[in-house]
Amino acid sequence: MAITSIKNLKEFSTNNDRFEGAHTLCPGCAHSMIVRELMNCTDDNLVISSNTGCLEVSTAVYPFTSWDTSWIHIGFENAATSVTAAQVMHKVRKKKGTLKDNDAPVKFVAFGGDGSTFDIGFQWLSGAMERGHDFTYICLDNENYANTGGQRSSATPVGAHTSTAQAGTHSYGKKQKKKDIVSIMAAHGSPYVAQLAPNKWKSMAKGFQKALEVEGPCFINTVSPCCTEWKFDPKDTINLTDLATDSLMFPIYEIIDSHELNILYRPKNPIKVEEYMAAQGRYKHLFKPQYRHVIDMVQKDIDDKWDLLQRREEARL
Amino acid sequence: MSVESQDLNLCANDNRGQLQLGAGAGLVGWDEVTQGIVLTSFNGDATGIANKKAEERTYSEFNSYTASVASWRVNKPVFNRDICIDCQNCWVWCPDSSILSRDKQMLGIDYDHCKGCEVCVEVCPTNPKSLLMFNEHADLDESLAAWPEKKKKEKK
Repeated sequence: MAITSIKNLKEFSTNNDRFEGAHTLCPGCAHSMIVRELMNCTDDNLVISSNTGCLEVSTAVYPFTSWDTSWIHIGFENAATSVTAAQVMHKVRKKKGTLKDNDAPVKFVAFGGDGSTFDIGFQWLSGAMERGHDFTYICLDNENYANTGGQRSSATPVGAHTSTAQAGTHSYGKKQKKKDIVSIMAAHGSPYVAQLAPNKWKSMAKGFQKALEVEGPCFINTVSPCCTEWKFDPKDTINLTDLATDSLMFPIYEIIDSHELNILYRPKNPIKVEEYMAAQGRYKHLFKPQYRHVIDMVQKDIDDKWDLLQRREEARL
Repeated sequence: MSVESQDLNLCANDNRGQLQLGAGAGLVGWDEVTQGIVLTSFNGDATGIANKKAEERTYSEFNSYTASVASWRVNKPVFNRDICIDCQNCWVWCPDSSILSRDKQMLGIDYDHCKGCEVCVEVCPTNPKSLLMFNEHADLDESLAAWPEKKKKEKK
């Protein structure tokens, strides 16, 4: 595989963008940062499939496309299915020798938002993982259905205000916990599963390269702050991702062969989750005295999760 | 030096930012498109596109590279070559592929695709920042003249 060198950022910047501007994602959206980084970390041909979501509707506004690669969109839920079908076709045609360039390496990547990964496309993704195709699935996790007006999804964390789990006098927002998608995908026996964040560009690019290189179904969950629905200033996208990784709301780690867990980023001075929540409008109501206990609850969950991750890393299971 | 590098439109193709989103001059509407229509990203052969720089590519009129979102902007980022250290932080985090960077050097901003989100200004590590936001209609020379001085670190 033609890996592009990522020793330092200057070297990384010599890559040529294959994701063009003038898509209609919101200013400051982290989706395009993640997509650009994936496409810059390899020189191989890419076949990309997208689930319905912000990324799909904004990069294919008729008559324009922002993709300089092959790109498929079929339905809300089946990015994993369509890209694995393409992968099987490529495999068969390569065997028969009917491809234009038989030796050109091709990588298969599927993108999905958190709604289409955690909820709607979960069965299709699970099926594709079980069949063991050679593809990489990347979830752009912005913790709600941002494309349709910010409804709750099973990726929305406890206490967040969304348009279908509203905060008010009797409710503190969403009451259910976030689904642990990384562990679920690791349990499928996937060779490489990771959770990455765009502010740590190097670990993200290395994770993407590892996922593309490894044969078998790989899953990567990436944090993608949504300035529209999380209610913060577009310029703070990277600052907020810093807060998310430093407060351990989104720990950055990888799981190899479903047992070898490595923590990729350890904050030197972990901050309280309160600081992360204060930076966003969707948690505003939690700072009222009657909902104070929710912050403590979330903090306890984060501490427990971090403890578990460290123990798993030590025990290699 | 700084002014020249911004005037030089080093990686501009003839057709960059020519079209307005949704205008679709001479095309049928999206609801009249018949099955089997092909809109390609490039004119001609697109083999090895990953190794071609933007100025070497033959973008077709259906690639969003030929479209412009400049009208989204209220404030624009202005680039000061004299302070820039070419760290490429702005390049890696620009959501709109609008930082023009060639051979490890930052050249300027693609004002056809920039939406003015200010992420590049936030991630700029120099003191004073080598990218700052100015009003969309501000003059380049006046903006550069109004650049702030280096801030001294406050002693605690």
